[in-house]
Amino acid sequence: MNDVILQVENLSIVYKSPRGEVKATTNVSLQLRRGETLALIGESGSGKTTLSLSFIRMLPNSAKITQGKILYTRDGVTRDVLQLSDKDIRRFRWSDCAMVFQGAQNAFNPVLRVRQQFADTAIAHGQTDREWIKKRTLELFKLVRLDPERVFEAYPHELSGGMRQRTLLALGVLLDPQIVILDEPTTALDILTQRAIIDVLKEMQKRLNFSIIFISHDLALAAEMADRVATMYAGEIVEQGTVDDIFYRPLHPYTLGLIRSVPKLKREQDELMSIPGEPPNLIKPPSGCKFHPRCQFATEKCKVDPPMLVEYEPGHSAACWHTDKVVEARAAFAAQDKV
Amino acid sequence: MESILKLEGVSRSFKKGRVNIPVLQNVDLSVTPLEFLCLVGESGCGKTTTGKILSGLLKPSSGRVLFEGQDVSKLRGEAYRRYRRSVQIIHQDPYASLNPSQTIYRILSYPLFRHNLVRNTAQARERVAELLTRVDLTPAGDIIDKYPHQLSGGQRQRVSIARALTTNPSVIIADEAVSMVDVSIRIGLLNMLMDMRTSLNVTIVFITHDLALAKYFAWDGRIAVMYLGRIVEIGHTPDVIGEPQHPYTRVLLSAIPEADPEKTRSKQHIALRSEDIPRLTELPPGCAFHPRCPWFIEGVCDVEVPRLELVPNAASDAEVACIPLTRGEPLTLYTP
Repeated sequence: MNDVILQVENLSIVYKSPRGEVKATTNVSLQLRRGETLALIGESGSGKTTLSLSFIRMLPNSAKITQGKILYTRDGVTRDVLQLSDKDIRRFRWSDCAMVFQGAQNAFNPVLRVRQQFADTAIAHGQTDREWIKKRTLELFKLVRLDPERVFEAYPHELSGGMRQRTLLALGVLLDPQIVILDEPTTALDILTQRAIIDVLKEMQKRLNFSIIFISHDLALAAEMADRVATMYAGEIVEQGTVDDIFYRPLHPYTLGLIRSVPKLKREQDELMSIPGEPPNLIKPPSGCKFHPRCQFATEKCKVDPPMLVEYEPGHSAACWHTDKVVEARAAFAAQDKV
Repeated sequence: MESILKLEGVSRSFKKGRVNIPVLQNVDLSVTPLEFLCLVGESGCGKTTTGKILSGLLKPSSGRVLFEGQDVSKLRGEAYRRYRRSVQIIHQDPYASLNPSQTIYRILSYPLFRHNLVRNTAQARERVAELLTRVDLTPAGDIIDKYPHQLSGGQRQRVSIARALTTNPSVIIADEAVSMVDVSIRIGLLNMLMDMRTSLNVTIVFITHDLALAKYFAWDGRIAVMYLGRIVEIGHTPDVIGEPQHPYTRVLLSAIPEADPEKTRSKQHIALRSEDIPRLTELPPGCAFHPRCPWFIEGVCDVEVPRLELVPNAASDAEVACIPLTRGEPLTLYTP
């Protein structure tokens, strides 16, 4: 089950703006394996959405990919998504890689019935057998625990927020993609609705065996959903590892800071810390390590020399000159938590 | 201790066309000076409406709001202005709550002039700079003449906090005040709010949908859990989080993912009988949670509206609105 289906190599993306080039994503490399869930965590403006939009070539016109490859493998054939023809990319979207956007409230056309929107989507991406579309749609509704007949004929406004989100998930996997990208899948949903969506998503993944890339700033959600986590800061991946690596053994000061800034529900007060300063300006990012102005471990070296992503344990890498200090700080926190 | 702000049997409904939407029903709530109080609940539970009624931005449809023991609807002239000065609110969205066409100086000096707290521009600039420093927007000189769009989300929310401080309030209602800012700066803002209690003698009522954040904020205080316009459980935070009593609180706590992989994966989720939230216009009779409650008792929960009471022999001192619990009966899972 270790086969890689998506391999991103040294990808950089810039946006043109009147004030200069915004370096949204810089030199990103990552891998996605079959059936796994990869969470991209980071703050707004860290490049999560830009990165995932590039996977389906949906970047706005102001964006330019300055370097890199996005290699996609299906049935033993590997292709670079960035080199696909317009016709091929249309087939690639939805049948190979689907994206479910933030804000299910607005994703549907309010004047068309749900069944029409499912049919339109399938036809636009090359599946024209109407009988097949209907059968598949009803099956998927059952899988996401919706009343198939009712939702099929409904208009979007007749569905509640949670139902719309589930309908959107069903639409995402309509053409049996290998990869589903979820952008903040449960923000703006209530806790109990969110729970229902998480459970449905897990069940769908088990049944249909697709891989998930999910983008979130919600660490708790990442802890529950992800097999692997990549932390992004200022357009770069600064740490990557299994979900346990990231939450229990972080190696990058930013990841450590994020984890230490989230309160938990145990019956004792949390010792939290906050990361000082503000997210960086991506037109003129800081020199060296982009995190250095906010980092408690920063030295002169960090101001000059940008660290590379280095693998410290199998599958666990971080881009930091001072991981040893992070390990020390981690140990200090662990001791403190025990007292 | 005497309460600084108090709601007595407060209800509030909104008209939408010909339909009446009961957003708050018969809410009793008392805020004691300098306590940490947190209102939590999902969207539509009435927490924001409660905050607006507490701060005088909305009037209750029925019931009374008491400020320092006096009914605010009877306050006139200077007494009313003092109430409005003393209770300030921080809104959720720092992108929508600051006027984009005014500088930070204009935004922060307006209430100062309005309430005659300064006499001239020089005094106003000095006071605004002081407020900006207070919320860690330093050096204040760099910020004071900027427009909101020149600031980041976190900086804007600090301006909102500074604006709430302009009139030297004794109570601040913080409505989802940190929800829109990034995780890494959220705790910094929250700690700043919490410090104001001691440094400025302000009581802060914190409104949020995030239970973990509520727990952190109100650890030494109280949490009130709201559902469909009513408070269903209110008590000391360690009790409400550690020994939740009301079925809704239990379900909620069991459903939340936690930032701890092992813990969140092994969490037992309590299943609801129905996932649909009833509409406020078609509220179920009796306890509003009964159509979803796993421990529903037919003929009891769907008949009588529960009142907030203590649970006999419980490990928690929270008051709960649940008839079977307050009668001292054990909860048993509903089987149709």
